[in-house]
Amino acid sequence: MTAMLEVENVSKAFGGVQANKTISLTVPEGEIVGLIGPNGSGKTTLFSSIVGQYPIDGGSIRFEGEEISTLRVPQIARLGLLRTFQQTRIYGQMTCMQNMVISASVRKRGFGELFHGQHDPHVSKYAEEMLEFVGLYEKRLLRAGSLSFGQQKLLEFAMALMNEPKLLMLDEPTAGINPTLINGLIDRLKRANAQFGITLFVIEHNMRVIMNLAQHIYCLAHGELLAAGTPDQIRNDPNVIDAYLGAH
Amino acid sequence: MNVPIQKIAGYAALLVFGAAAPYLFPAYHAQLAELWLFVVFALTWDLVGGQMGYNSFGNVLFVGVGTYACAVMQVGLFYNVGAYTASDGGNATIFTFNVAQYLTGLAVGLPVAAVIGGLVAIFFGSIILGMRGHYFAICTLGLGVAAGQIFAGWEWVGAGSGMSSPNAPAKIGDITQLLYYLAFGLAVITFAVIRWLLTTRFGLALNAIRDDEDKAEAMGLPTKRIKVTAWCVAGILLGVSGGILGNLKRFIDPIDVAFAGETYGVWMVLMAILGGKGTIWGPVIGAAIFQVLKEVFWTYLLGWQRVALGLMIVLIVVFFPQGILGWAREKFPEMFGHRIDRGPAREPAE
Amino acid sequence: MLLSQAPVISADLIINGLLVGAIFALAAYGMALVWGVMNIINIAQGEFVMLGGYVAMILFWNGIHPLFGVVVAPVVLFFVGWALYRLVVFRVVDRDLFVSLLATFGLSILMQQLMNTVFTGNIQTAQSDLGTLQLFGTISILNIKIVAFVMAIALGGCLVVFLRYSRLGQAIRATSQNARAARVLGVDTDHLYAVTFGLNAAICGAAGALVAMAYNIHPYIGLPYTIRAFMIVIVAGLGNIAGVILAGLGLGAAENVASFVLGAEFQLAFTFGLLVVVLVWRNTRLAAKRQYLK
Repeated sequence: MTAMLEVENVSKAFGGVQANKTISLTVPEGEIVGLIGPNGSGKTTLFSSIVGQYPIDGGSIRFEGEEISTLRVPQIARLGLLRTFQQTRIYGQMTCMQNMVISASVRKRGFGELFHGQHDPHVSKYAEEMLEFVGLYEKRLLRAGSLSFGQQKLLEFAMALMNEPKLLMLDEPTAGINPTLINGLIDRLKRANAQFGITLFVIEHNMRVIMNLAQHIYCLAHGELLAAGTPDQIRNDPNVIDAYLGAH
Repeated sequence: MNVPIQKIAGYAALLVFGAAAPYLFPAYHAQLAELWLFVVFALTWDLVGGQMGYNSFGNVLFVGVGTYACAVMQVGLFYNVGAYTASDGGNATIFTFNVAQYLTGLAVGLPVAAVIGGLVAIFFGSIILGMRGHYFAICTLGLGVAAGQIFAGWEWVGAGSGMSSPNAPAKIGDITQLLYYLAFGLAVITFAVIRWLLTTRFGLALNAIRDDEDKAEAMGLPTKRIKVTAWCVAGILLGVSGGILGNLKRFIDPIDVAFAGETYGVWMVLMAILGGKGTIWGPVIGAAIFQVLKEVFWTYLLGWQRVALGLMIVLIVVFFPQGILGWAREKFPEMFGHRIDRGPAREPAE
Repeated sequence: MLLSQAPVISADLIINGLLVGAIFALAAYGMALVWGVMNIINIAQGEFVMLGGYVAMILFWNGIHPLFGVVVAPVVLFFVGWALYRLVVFRVVDRDLFVSLLATFGLSILMQQLMNTVFTGNIQTAQSDLGTLQLFGTISILNIKIVAFVMAIALGGCLVVFLRYSRLGQAIRATSQNARAARVLGVDTDHLYAVTFGLNAAICGAAGALVAMAYNIHPYIGLPYTIRAFMIVIVAGLGNIAGVILAGLGLGAAENVASFVLGAEFQLAFTFGLLVVVLVWRNTRLAAKRQYLK
């Protein structure tokens, strides 16, 4: 199985705080990989560094074999590496449909294609399909900002799918979601992986979700890689248990 | 494209009204021409400000370079520009223009102004569109004023004394009326271009940058290129408006006419806000109302007209920032095609 | 190049530049105060300065020595600033920063036009008749400029002491660091904002009185003072008093030298052009770290 994402000895410090210390991990193509760890262990920082939001202090990050640590956020996104945000970011003043249309993949399109109409039938059809996939089809003409938090999270997910990424990094996709709906979300994530062929790299706090979802899990604590393995291995790893209990 | 008949009738009526206006209001050609220029100012400002979120105080930079580029072309095609400006702003008896020369000057000058406006936008945009929010706003303010000061020190174009635009020969007839139609035409083109842009994905990209630029970058949109393109469109249209403005005012003062940061530069922001930021008709309505109010103040509040205008600016910004269309949109949302979800709070189906 | 060929002229330029720079620093400190406490960039800063200058002019026109303006102008301007806060500014404090920029820009224009209508558009100076100082036989400096420099530094010093040791000053500093916490601790932030805005206006008023005596005032030359204050704050940072003074002095000297090298008619072009350069330079440095000016 080829590695889609290779993180090698990546370090990142902010002022005096070492947020990430020589972290190495790989995300194999086509798999679902999880990233867990107590609050403040550096998970979101690592995500942000991978997608190019922060320049890293040391180490290497390779996406499909190509070094990306020197690239900017839009460039990395255009390579097919996308992320969703912990605080859920969407375009609040535009309708859901417009949010989708503007998220259509730019990878295969040139700059000039931006000047095509908003109502391109091909793009619209795919947008409607993705909205239907997450269950937001009926809300498609509403202002995105008027949606509930959970609905916005689903919209953000749909927008990511619209972009046809190769690897999608999700930062706490179930946080703030009504517990009765989490199963539906897990199901959709699995389908996105199996049907659409999207590799997933997921930060999660909800143990039930990540154990159910991921084939391989990495655990961070205090900015360092603490443990790695299958869900069963992680579940029984004394270091991981310590880290979570210790953090509380 | 299925455009409803009411819309077509509405546009047609406006076009007819615009074409007939000089005959309906014969004493107000200059003010009407200025009104259409204001429409251009407000629409182009809103494209980059209201639609894209980059509020600029320095769009007068493009107006100014357009004003001078056009005037220099109009004169330079037939005479030595330095000699023209040195002779007290253009002595009418030495530097005459016959009909052919005058019209050629305009026909060459305006497109040149467009090109220069666009190039200046690309050049400065590439440098400063990496800044956001209020830093961008203040930086553009600096650009606009600095440009005005530089032209005010440049001997070749008349320095602080400015430069007259070429005198139109008497045989042309009412030159102001001709300029009115040029201004009107430019306003129509501006409206059409911007309206079209807003129907494309480029228009969506502008709004995405406004709503969340970091998210737009994270989704792979080439934000820098989009921003520069938008400013370039504004620059081209404003360049032409500058060319028309210089001829309309007859005399090009570098600070008060060309790079008028504290009049036109601020007014264009006000017009867009007054009518409603981020809409296509808002800037048009705002420009019309602003021009009318300004003329009313100038006629009836002589001595205090600028104070009144300054007060109006403060009142609009503080008490009416949503503008006319913004206010209307809140009161009658359905009229604007906004769907409000009045159904029960339902979570998406499993 | 030109500087090495004419050392005497450049020393004269630099000294005069440093002297006016202290006044720039004073206005900058006031702007930093308002910016830090209530997150408002006051575009009308220069107009407060000009208004202070006109207060000194009024004294001068009525036979009173304008040096008293350094005491009277701050008092008058404090109330002007406080009133403007209560009437206008408080409505834009919690809003988008661009709205507050526009609002203070609108106030700036309104004040310019009021001053122009009331005081006419002539350039004015309040003659202080303090004579000239001769240095090294070739450098001559107006004594009033030296007095203005000393007073500007002294006022700045008083400000620092006031902010550090007085109850009100501490409340101001606490609010600028964390408004919510200050409110929880019983600080009436709205009242404090009004006082701070008035205080800033008073600082500008004093600076204006000095400007009227040592240089000149005009209803429309406020904006350059605003831009200078802004530039100094950008370069020095919000809490850095030493940086503000150094940046102010440096700016004054740079402007004078530029005026000599480029020609007096390009001095304002230099000032505003420098603003663009400073902002671009600052932003580019941050862009290398994938950030931007916030």
